[in-house]
Amino acid sequence: MSAPSSGGASRDGYGKGLLRLSEDPRVVVLEADLGKSTKSCHFREKFPERTVSLGIAEQNMMLVAAGMASSGKVPFASTFAIFTERAFEQIRNGIARPGFAVHICGSHGGIHTGTDGSSAQSIEDLGIYRAIPKMTVIHPCDDISAEELTVQLLSLDGPSYMRTARNKTPRAYDEESVSKIKIGKGSVLSHGSDLAIVACGVMVHEAMNAAEVLSQKGVDCTVVDMHTIKPFDSQLMENIAKTCGCIVTAEDHSIIGGLGSSISEWAASNHPIPIEMVGVNDRFGESGGSSELMEELGLTSESIIQASLRAIKRKNTV
Amino acid sequence: MLFMGDGAIHNHQELKELARRCRNDIVKMTHAAKSGHPGGSLSAIDIMVSLYGTIFRFDTNNPNWEDRDRFIMSKGHASPAMYALLHQMGIMDEDEMMSFRTLGSVCQGHVDMNWTPGVDFSAGSLGMGLSFGLGCSIAAKMDGSKRKVWVLLGDGETQEGQIWEAAMAASYHQANNLRVIVDRNRIQNDDFMDVQMEVGDIGQKFSSFGWTVKEVNGHDIPALVDILEWANVNESPIAIIAHTTKGKGVSFMEDNPSFHGMAPNDDELSIALEELK
Repeated sequence: MSAPSSGGASRDGYGKGLLRLSEDPRVVVLEADLGKSTKSCHFREKFPERTVSLGIAEQNMMLVAAGMASSGKVPFASTFAIFTERAFEQIRNGIARPGFAVHICGSHGGIHTGTDGSSAQSIEDLGIYRAIPKMTVIHPCDDISAEELTVQLLSLDGPSYMRTARNKTPRAYDEESVSKIKIGKGSVLSHGSDLAIVACGVMVHEAMNAAEVLSQKGVDCTVVDMHTIKPFDSQLMENIAKTCGCIVTAEDHSIIGGLGSSISEWAASNHPIPIEMVGVNDRFGESGGSSELMEELGLTSESIIQASLRAIKRKNTV
Repeated sequence: MLFMGDGAIHNHQELKELARRCRNDIVKMTHAAKSGHPGGSLSAIDIMVSLYGTIFRFDTNNPNWEDRDRFIMSKGHASPAMYALLHQMGIMDEDEMMSFRTLGSVCQGHVDMNWTPGVDFSAGSLGMGLSFGLGCSIAAKMDGSKRKVWVLLGDGETQEGQIWEAAMAASYHQANNLRVIVDRNRIQNDDFMDVQMEVGDIGQKFSSFGWTVKEVNGHDIPALVDILEWANVNESPIAIIAHTTKGKGVSFMEDNPSFHGMAPNDDELSIALEELK
C-alpha cells in the first residue's frame, strides 16, 4: 500500500458533504452553537434560509429535526459527539422510534479530540447508537471518505449517526478509491491471509501502519476500514474470517459496545475465531495532546501489532 | 363528517355532545384494557373537541393530507382521548378503538404516528412535543404553507427542561404558526403538583419567553371555541393555559390523582357510564 497522502479532519469532509447535498432542497441543517466546530458553518454561510440555529439546547434540536422530517425535510443535525449523548433519549424516542431520516453528526468524538479532556471525549457513542433499532452508525477515517459517506446519507430512509474527528488524519483513500465506498459495506484496504485488522475512524491509519510493520515480520494482513458500524457487514466478515482465521479490532472507543463488540457478537454466533480488541479499556480519558493521549491509552499501531501477535498465536494453538 | 376548518361544527351543543360521546369511549376503552390514563384524557377532551370541531384543517378521508394542520399530543398518555375522537370522527372503527393496548392494536399505549392514521406524533416520553411542533412550524414557514401547529401539553410536563428550550427557540424563530395548549389539571402521576413540585404561573413563564398568552376554562366549550378561533388568526407563538379538572365528567375520578394511570373496574365503569349519559 502506498503511503497515504495528508488530508483534513473527517469533520471537514462532513462540511463539504453538506455543501454537495445542498442541491436537494429538502436538505436542512440544524446547529447547536457548534457549527464552526462541526463544519456545518459552510452550509450556513451559503444557505442561511435552510439552516436552523437552536442554541446550546441539544434535546430541543433533536425533536425539531424530527418535526421537520415529519414535514418533508431531510435534517442534518450536528454538535459534538458527547453532546448528542445528552439527547440520547430524544434520539431514541423522538427520531429512531418513528423512523425519521434525521442524520446526526457528532464531531470531536473519541480520545483523539485531545486537550479538552475527558468531558469531551465521547468513547461510548458508537455503542449506544448501535443499540438503537433502525439506526445506521458510521465512523469515517478521513476527510474524503467522510465527505462521500455524508453525501450517501441522503439515500437512507431512516436515521443515522456519524461520528467525525476533530483532528486531521492521513487519507486512506484517494479520489478514485473513495468513489467505491458504500454505506454498510466495509472497505478492504489491503489483502492478506494471516490476520485481519478491522478498524474504524482514526485507528484506520494506525491499522495500516501496523500492517506495514507486520508484513516486514512476514505477517500478511487484511486491513478493513469498517466505516459503517451498523448495519453490520456480515458478508465481508464471513469472508475475512474464513481467509484469515483471526481478527484484531481497533477503535478510538470503549472496547465495550463498539466495533470490537459488534464483531465479537457476530463471531460468537457465526464464526468463533480468536479476536483481540484494541480500544479504550473501560476508563475515561484526560487532557493532553492528541498523539500523547492515544499513546497513553494504547490506541497506537504498536498496540495493534502486539494484539496481532497475540491473535495469531491463539489461532495457531487452537 | 368533514373536519376541515371550513366544514366545522361550531355549534356548541353539537360539540358538547361529541365530547360526551368521547368521554364514554375513554372510560370504556381504559376499562377494557384494564390500564391506561383516563384522568388526563377526560381533562383534555373538551379542548380537543373544540379544536377539531372548529378551526382545525383536517380531512377525515385523508388523515395524511400533507398540508393539514398538525396536532401534537405531547402528553401522549392521554391517548384514549385521541382514539375516542378519531373514532367519533369516523377514522377509527369501534373494534380498533376497543383493542387499545393489546398486542398488534392500532391503539398503542401512547399515541404513535406509525400505528394510528390521524396521529401526528409518536409520544410517550414527556417534554418532547413542543420541540417537535416547532420543527413542524419551521418547516411550514420554509414551505410558505399556512398550516398551523397545535401542541397539547400536560402541566406536569412543563417540569421538563426541554419544554423551555423549545419555548425559547420558538420565540427566537418567530414561530407565529405555533400554538400550545396546556391542560392545566394540577395533577401529575404521583400526586397533586403542589405536593410533587408546583411549577407556578405557567402563562407568565411562556409570556416571559416572548409568547402571547391567554387563559381559559378548559371545559367551557363556547369559551374554548372563542379563544381557539382568536388564536387561529393571530400571528405569534401563542400559549393557551386551559384550566381543567382531571377526570372531568366522572365524579369519582375528578381531582383524583389515583385515576391518572388507573382504569375503572366493572363497578366503576357502570357508575361512570351512568353519569355520562
